[in-house]
Amino acid sequence: MTARDVLAYATGSVLGYRARTLLTLLAMGIGVASVVMLTALGEGARRYVTGEFQSLGTHLLIVLPGRSETTGGSPPLLGETPRDLTLDDALAMERSRAVRRVAPIALGSAGVSYREREREVMIIGSTEAFLDVRHLRMSSGRFLPAGDPRRASPVCVLGAKVKRELFGSEPAIGRWVRIGDRRFRVVGILASEGRSIGLDTEDVVIVPVAAAQALFDSYSLFRIMVEARSEEAIPRARKDILRIVRERHEGEDDITVISQDAVVATFDKIFTALTLTVAGIASISLIVAGILIMNVMLVAVSQRTSEVGLLKALGASSGAVLRVFLAEATILSLVGAAAGVAVGYTAIGFVDHAYPLLSLVAPPWAVAAAVLVALVTGLVFGVVPARRAARLDPVAALTGR
Amino acid sequence: MIRFRHAQRFFAVGDQVVRALDDVNLDIGAGEYAAITGPSGSGKSTLLNAIGLLDRLTDGSYFLEGTDVTHLSDDDLARTRREKIGFVFQFFHLVPRLTAAQNVELPLILSDVEPNARRGRVEESLESLGLADRAHHRPNQLSGGQRQRVAIARAMVTRPQVILADEPTGNLDRASGLDVVEILEGLNRDGITLLVVTHDGELADRAARRIRMVDGKIASDTGSAEQP
Repeated sequence: MTARDVLAYATGSVLGYRARTLLTLLAMGIGVASVVMLTALGEGARRYVTGEFQSLGTHLLIVLPGRSETTGGSPPLLGETPRDLTLDDALAMERSRAVRRVAPIALGSAGVSYREREREVMIIGSTEAFLDVRHLRMSSGRFLPAGDPRRASPVCVLGAKVKRELFGSEPAIGRWVRIGDRRFRVVGILASEGRSIGLDTEDVVIVPVAAAQALFDSYSLFRIMVEARSEEAIPRARKDILRIVRERHEGEDDITVISQDAVVATFDKIFTALTLTVAGIASISLIVAGILIMNVMLVAVSQRTSEVGLLKALGASSGAVLRVFLAEATILSLVGAAAGVAVGYTAIGFVDHAYPLLSLVAPPWAVAAAVLVALVTGLVFGVVPARRAARLDPVAALTGR
Repeated sequence: MIRFRHAQRFFAVGDQVVRALDDVNLDIGAGEYAAITGPSGSGKSTLLNAIGLLDRLTDGSYFLEGTDVTHLSDDDLARTRREKIGFVFQFFHLVPRLTAAQNVELPLILSDVEPNARRGRVEESLESLGLADRAHHRPNQLSGGQRQRVAIARAMVTRPQVILADEPTGNLDRASGLDVVEILEGLNRDGITLLVVTHDGELADRAARRIRMVDGKIASDTGSAEQP
């Protein structure tokens, strides 16, 4: 029996027993589709998060007060009380040739009011460098003015939502708002960009760093964002920052410098692990589908005992019978896997259309692995029924014993 | 053509041993037409299965065309069946999902005959049995007589040397049965050795040779050249 004939005969059986075939295809299809969809979700989340971080620029360094040996993790919450990071520390960092921009950040929350309207908002104190470092855009007006950061100019930039809430459709540029107990003139409105790495850029007010320090009566900085001149300059910039701060902090290494790529790499690892985990969970359904194929094929063998007996009487070797049944299992697995991939991609298309932000992409390795696992599962679980068929005694099979 | 020497076939049924073939010595020449008769359980089907290489002897020897086939491997048994033997069964044993032509084609597929040659031989077989217009019908669209004729077409399509028919008329009305018997006898006249297991005395009487089995032994063998 040639391979072509085995394939044709097995295809005939697959098409001949439609209910059985549809059930098996359904099980295998759901298994493969779930692997494709879940890995696409994991991969989409990974791309989204790393993309968000990368959108900040790949040569960014974040300086936090307090020492931590781990890069990419959260800053130390407890432990030693480090020396505060100050505005002078930030300005000193500008001395490094490897550094392009320094944006000191003071953070707090205060009530912002305009006439009778008031809103509790996050206040960011920084310099004009913040706009470029965070890749923010203006919708109108201008950003914080350049000049001596130690000078607490009474100007502010509003997030789009703050502007909307306080001013409605009224123009806000040039108006005075009250933040805490001080008055600030609105000089610009940020463009509407949604959330960006834990910061809702629509619901903030940005003021000069010295003004924020005065407002919160604190001269320590929340963190300092430093942009290196290039990706190659990052190690040099990090070394310079550590040296400058050590000199200023009486020889103490009491800051943590996190590089952007370390953060990205960490998230990348987390989401890759997550994707692998969901792929593993989804693979269980492939195993279940394999068991279903075995069950269906076992039933097929017992239903088709007399057919097997006939094939043997007509001169089919045990090997030929084995190949026919294995071919059936393979066809069911392959077609099921193909259907699963098609369903998976269709579902991804729908989700992608509904939530374009996620940009779901099924990783090729996951699709290949799902199809491979489906095929191997079908074959492995197809072996037992196929061997049973091949071993049938022709006389017993023909007489239905 | 077919030679059995001290052939034995035992089956264990519970604690008991059933002697389905008990020291059977038998010679059947090429082109013979023999009917194997006997009561139920007498061993006639076991004898036919052993001749057809579907079953192995427990003891004794079997020569087919002078070759000892007693201890052939399963694959060699399958090959010998493909090349030399055609079967006709009481219950037709047609594959329900295949058409008449596809059922007839099966032995040719198993023998690795080229697809083009297959088509020609299938058409030829069906036509010789008056089934050309039924080629694309499935078994459930055919009458009992037509089904058995398809089964005969399938048995003869490989041009075997022996056709073994187990109760070929057992499931047919009288007219269809007679039709089937005449077809089989026609094949015998063309030189194919024909062995028919039957309960039907009238059918047995048409055979040149009648072998009667009782309790696994040959009780009588009439009409043969060697044992008149």
